[in-house]
Amino acid sequence: MLKSRINMLGGQLFVLMAMVMTCPGIATATETMVDPAISSKPWWFWPLVLFVFCLVLGVLAVMAGVGGGVLYVPLVSGFFPFHIDFVRGIGLMVALAGALAAGPGLLKRNLANLRLALPVALIASTCSIAGAMLGLYLSSLNPDIIQACLGATIIGIACLLLFSKNTEKPVVTKQDAIGMALGIQGIYWDDGAQESVEWKTHRTLLGLFMFIIIGLLAGLFGLGAGWANVPVFNLLMGVPLKVSVATSKFLLSITDTSAAWIYLNRGCVIPLIAVPSIVGLMLGSFLGVRILAVAKPKMIRYMVIGVLFFAGFKALDKGLGLGFMG
Amino acid sequence: MDKDNDALKASEEQVLYANVLMIGVLAGLVLMGVTYFIYLTGIFPAHVDMSYLPQVWGKNVNEYLHLTNTPHGWEWTKLLMKGDFLNYIGFALLGLMTVGCYLLLVRGYMRQKDWAYTAISVLEIIVLCVAASGLLGGGGH
Repeated sequence: MLKSRINMLGGQLFVLMAMVMTCPGIATATETMVDPAISSKPWWFWPLVLFVFCLVLGVLAVMAGVGGGVLYVPLVSGFFPFHIDFVRGIGLMVALAGALAAGPGLLKRNLANLRLALPVALIASTCSIAGAMLGLYLSSLNPDIIQACLGATIIGIACLLLFSKNTEKPVVTKQDAIGMALGIQGIYWDDGAQESVEWKTHRTLLGLFMFIIIGLLAGLFGLGAGWANVPVFNLLMGVPLKVSVATSKFLLSITDTSAAWIYLNRGCVIPLIAVPSIVGLMLGSFLGVRILAVAKPKMIRYMVIGVLFFAGFKALDKGLGLGFMG
Repeated sequence: MDKDNDALKASEEQVLYANVLMIGVLAGLVLMGVTYFIYLTGIFPAHVDMSYLPQVWGKNVNEYLHLTNTPHGWEWTKLLMKGDFLNYIGFALLGLMTVGCYLLLVRGYMRQKDWAYTAISVLEIIVLCVAASGLLGGGGH
């Protein structure tokens, strides 16, 4: 009974988000020029809507197993009147806050692993700085470039989420030299299986190289990079899924810190909209974790992937100036 | 292996990192709540009037900074008596948390004579400090 009510709640939250996104007031807000209809709204209207929107987003993100950043940037840039410069800056702050909040628990349970995280964090955080600077430069030339590239990336992420099949415990027969030299291995307790699981990595060099691209994309678009971290750790490097997800979440707190500072120092974080975004998403994540224990997240995950496809096509449409989607 | 086996427990530096991070995050969130309240209630007047923001938040950041006469880089510290910029303290705390935790890691790895991870941690601190310094991409005009 409770499970069916929770699943219904998940569906209702999805419908609520869809209603917010399709509200005519928000539809007209996608213009970046000053619009009399927008400026007639009181200043607190958009932060309040954003808070509620982010609360729902936080719940859905946890239930769908995706990060808040990957939903925040395309959806807010597509349906709210804020310029993409500010959306990316705040998106990074949102992803950072979420990762910092989740980090302690994951580290203490030994699910997030420092020996795995630190080398990749160094590469990803350095490249995210470059990505952030490139993103701000391209945006100053023409924000449509970023919008179109964001749309294409989001569609790619949605495809990755849809088609990739993660492996719970990959088999790694032999650790490579780099992984062995850095001591990237560990052991954790699997509560579900009631057993200890030892793990080690392979294809470590290729994995480290992938984090160059991941860092660049994270900084460029203001996304958290969990959607990319997990497949690289799990499918490429052979890290068990639970350790991959936990270490990825922790890793975001380092990668996003460096990119967030670039946007913060450039003035891309407006407090009036940043704080409700951060607080809304974190509260939503908190609620989402509670609901996740009793809900069937698979249905929500497919809904969210559908939303990502929609948001991606919307951003692409906006960036290319096609006008198919309003 | 038994669930309570020491081999399954997080390392000392991992637990210390987690504890410091937890305290810092809580402090950052509480601080953000307090400063946001001060901002919304107008106890400290804002640098950019709230009613003006809807007219400029649709512009790119360069135009926004110019129209609102907002500084970039660390010059926000000169405007801490303004309600909106007071919120930057919370943002900065979240941004500096990782640097503080990494300093603890350096100490831990040096004690263990794990020079590879000591070097990785030191390099990361340098990267984060360079990002935070405003030397890169801090120009708004």
